[in-house]
Amino acid sequence: MNWDWSVVDEFMPRFWDGVGVTLRALLFGSLIAFALGLVWAMAQRSGHRWVRWPVNAVTEFIRDTPLLVQLFFLYYVLPEWGPSMSALTTGIVGLGLHYSTYTAEVYRAGIGGVPAGQWEAATALSLPRSRTWIAVILPQAIRRVVPALGNYVISMLKDSPMIAVIGALDMFGQAEGYSNETFTAEAYTVVGIAFLVIAYPASLLIRYLERRLALTR
Amino acid sequence: MMTEGMFTNYFLPGIWITIQVTLYSAALGLVVAFAIGRLRASRLWIVRFLAGCYFEIFRGLSALILMFWLVFALPVMFRWQLVPLWAAVLALGLTYGAYGSEVVRGALAAVPAAQREAGIALGFTRFQRLRRIELPQAWPEMLPPFNNLLIELLKGSALVSTVTVADMTFAGNLVRLGSNESAPIYTLLLVLYFVMAFLLTRGMRLLERRAKANVGQGRLRASLAPREEAGEGHGALTAGGAR
Repeated sequence: MNWDWSVVDEFMPRFWDGVGVTLRALLFGSLIAFALGLVWAMAQRSGHRWVRWPVNAVTEFIRDTPLLVQLFFLYYVLPEWGPSMSALTTGIVGLGLHYSTYTAEVYRAGIGGVPAGQWEAATALSLPRSRTWIAVILPQAIRRVVPALGNYVISMLKDSPMIAVIGALDMFGQAEGYSNETFTAEAYTVVGIAFLVIAYPASLLIRYLERRLALTR
Repeated sequence: MMTEGMFTNYFLPGIWITIQVTLYSAALGLVVAFAIGRLRASRLWIVRFLAGCYFEIFRGLSALILMFWLVFALPVMFRWQLVPLWAAVLALGLTYGAYGSEVVRGALAAVPAAQREAGIALGFTRFQRLRRIELPQAWPEMLPPFNNLLIELLKGSALVSTVTVADMTFAGNLVRLGSNESAPIYTLLLVLYFVMAFLLTRGMRLLERRAKANVGQGRLRASLAPREEAGEGHGALTAGGAR
């Protein structure tokens, strides 16, 4: 086996830069996915057909097409029509948009799980629609779906290396750049292990959350 | 949008490569899913432990990184080179097989214990029980989550373009570089993937109906017991929720 620890040492500074970019992409991507997903989920329950139908079509389309091609689309096509974004910003928007269609399904299930009596009680108290959502439905719905949302954050972590393909220097982008410059391959292994080291404890945490929230529901 | 030559030389073969990659890695993934899913319920703790390790490792890895590792790091480290297409299929099959193993494990565990006991009472061997009793009943339950995974796999097949396998995403990038017009080609790509996903879903629905009919769960049973709410249970494993 060919393995050179000095290559690993030399890669480390760039690795930590990459970790920062990956975590930043993950954080902002998750925020977009959580917020936008909620918007989709609420729009899918709208009383107007012309809101429901296009939102369903768009989310279905985004969910069934590859994130990689969507990133290419955002990075190469969008600047033809509007302002161009940096590779990292494009990656964050792409990740957030793609995963928002998944979180929308999660929220939909969560909102559907709120008993009908809660809606009726809100109507009986003649709460305005916005207050019904904010004070009655969402607090109950979101609590139930926290573990499922967490699972999608882990999925997003595993998809985040794709942003390197459009040139964002996350962990994987740094590994690729370093390996190409030095004709070595250790960096790929380092990054692969780093993913395991982040993803495994995260999935344990989600399982713990799942058990806890299930017990106190 | 693209020249005749570009279309026939790169794009059409690219579509075929995408289909091939999806089917080969789905086949490999299915084998892995059944093997690991069954072994995770083994009687021997060491087998259970090793199968669990496989599941945790490949579920935690990113398919893209595994693919790059197989294509670029493996030859350097072990002097063993794979054709990029097969390396890509291997990476996708191993990763999605790990996700699938959870589906198989769950569906086998959901077969009522009485069924297994009836098999024991009738003197079936373990293998006969698995083949004649447990799998036929678990199979219809596996198909909807497998469909979700298949769509994820189709989407994941676009990754092979990054390790120089000339699938349709690869052809799309070539067209962009050649013509400097990116809007039509990427729109076409997205639509093509969507159509493929749609066709796969239809096919899997058909399979599911037939599988249900085979074990006597026809339309009647389905209408009496409404489908449970999708979305939470499988979480990240069956990315996609209700479909």
